[in-house]
Amino acid sequence: MNTVIDAHQVSKTFNPTTIPILAVNNVHLHLERGEFTALVGPSGSGKTTLLNLLGGLDKPDKGSIFINGVDITKLSPNALIDFRLNNIGFVFQSFNLIPVLTARENVELIMQLQHKDRREINERVETLFREIGLEDKLDTRPAQLSGGQQQRVAVARALASKPQFVLADEPTANLDSKSATNLLDIMAKLNQEENITFIFSTHDVRVIERARRVITLVDGQIHSDTAKVSTEVPHTAQKRTP
Amino acid sequence: MWLLKLAWKNMWRNRNRTAITIAAVFFSVILSILTNSLQDGIFDNLIKNVVSFYNGYIQVHKQGYWDEQILDNTFEGTSALEDSILALENVNALAPRLESFALASSDTLTKGCLVIGISPEKENSITELKNKLKEGEYLNEQDFGALIAEGLAKRLKLYLHDTLVIIGQGYHGAMAVGKYPIKGILKFGSPDLNDQMLYLSLPAAQELYGAPKMLTSYVVGLENPSNLDPTAEILRDKLGNEYEAMTWEEMMPEVVQHIRTDKGSLVIIQGVLYMLIGFGIIGTLLMMMVERKYEMGMLVAIGMKKRKLMQLMLIESVFTVLSGCILGMLASIPIVFYLNRYPIKFKGELAEVYEEFGFEAIFPTSTNPEIFLTQGLFVICMALLLSLYPIVKIARLDPVAAMKK
Repeated sequence: MNTVIDAHQVSKTFNPTTIPILAVNNVHLHLERGEFTALVGPSGSGKTTLLNLLGGLDKPDKGSIFINGVDITKLSPNALIDFRLNNIGFVFQSFNLIPVLTARENVELIMQLQHKDRREINERVETLFREIGLEDKLDTRPAQLSGGQQQRVAVARALASKPQFVLADEPTANLDSKSATNLLDIMAKLNQEENITFIFSTHDVRVIERARRVITLVDGQIHSDTAKVSTEVPHTAQKRTP
Repeated sequence: MWLLKLAWKNMWRNRNRTAITIAAVFFSVILSILTNSLQDGIFDNLIKNVVSFYNGYIQVHKQGYWDEQILDNTFEGTSALEDSILALENVNALAPRLESFALASSDTLTKGCLVIGISPEKENSITELKNKLKEGEYLNEQDFGALIAEGLAKRLKLYLHDTLVIIGQGYHGAMAVGKYPIKGILKFGSPDLNDQMLYLSLPAAQELYGAPKMLTSYVVGLENPSNLDPTAEILRDKLGNEYEAMTWEEMMPEVVQHIRTDKGSLVIIQGVLYMLIGFGIIGTLLMMMVERKYEMGMLVAIGMKKRKLMQLMLIESVFTVLSGCILGMLASIPIVFYLNRYPIKFKGELAEVYEEFGFEAIFPTSTNPEIFLTQGLFVICMALLLSLYPIVKIARLDPVAAMKK
């Protein structure tokens, strides 16, 4: 089965009893394994909300989201946490590493939550740090790493659990140009060589240029869904799904 | 194991905050232990002074003696009676007494006093009377000398080897008159005892009062004073209606009342102290929750179960509080022992006020290990109870809301 995410008629309204804001409106979305997809759109278009719904961090008011065949909208809060741990990797905008742990320990944490044995953890950590090019920073604390390096560690942490896909919420927003390019190179490499599925929410043209599929959201609805895009995505995109 | 490691590292994430919390718990534990040990020490000292040094823990009298303390209410002391009391499990000593009030006179001065006829060695085994000897020699069993308390001697202007005259009413209304050389001068902690006590050997007192073989009381020594009431109960059952067995608490209700009143006011002081500790801990927990809300949201988002996060918070709280508690307990040991050895002493007018009420104006601490453990455990339990706050917050944590900046 190559389908990773299958979302049907997903809607989410904030403040339903006061001033309702329809953040995500009747979205259908289908993602296959190995996709490198960017969710784009103006601020308030519903990118982060949709990402939260796909990541099981929030529940839709309507619709269903199947990940690897499991409807995550039907899972209990505890089961959902377990599901996230084993199936979804997260990369946040502001790195979000635990400051008291070293780079290695930040990555190990996920596998410790999965009750992996020490040997497996060590092997995985070494592999991941080799892939992100930070083998020499294993025992360094986040405060001693640059923003780009911290985000690379965050990517390693997201991949540590061997997830079905990685959700990255504006991963390059706080990075300089060089660091952003470096990070994108690493993620693109992991995507191509290891077939890891990445979904980004972003405003960054560098991410959009590298994405093989760009979904544009406007007012909570999918405005366009294109397989290959230019930098003027919202205006020139070709509609694929309603 | 990794959770413990993470908790330990988190504890030192904000060194100042952790240090402040540890310091708050540290000083609170010291204060709490000191307050308690001082309270127990003062009461122990009071009981030791007023009860154990004279009254003993239990006294056996003829039925009705305590209500009407006259020589006509005496009983005959027999070895069979003594043996039956000594045979009881918790009883380790027995001292016979014949006591009555009389007038003590020197050349030109006269003062009321309590004349107590004792078996010197048996009395010493219970009240350690020999230790009170300031000058001279202790009595022997057939002695016809007297031991006089320092305050009484001073009022009568009598010194060692002077002669003292006792005048009073004896058994069945007989005249009681006697002349006794002062063999020793005693010093009591309690000013009340110091101003009125006069000791004779039992045969000398029985001869003075014309009451051969008669006793007013048996003072009972206990191996374990905490079993006071059960022992008194057994004694009553054994002796029947002819005798009364009274505990020091029954004989001195004013002391019991004083202890109760004082304990009541100390409970309020301790309550305030515990509230301060509580506010210190909850303040830290509040700061910590605000500071780490985003991170907690992130941890739940990436797959840490809330139960695990709660454990983490609980371990962090326990680590912090336990550190402060253990340090506080360790630091309080030398202070408590020092104040036990060199007790706080009031001087001047304040001391006089205490002495007027019959108490020594000294405040030793109690070194009972139970105090250290109880106070330490209490603070730990309180901290654990307060840790429910972050636990409830985590239970309600919404990762998306927590990660909104």
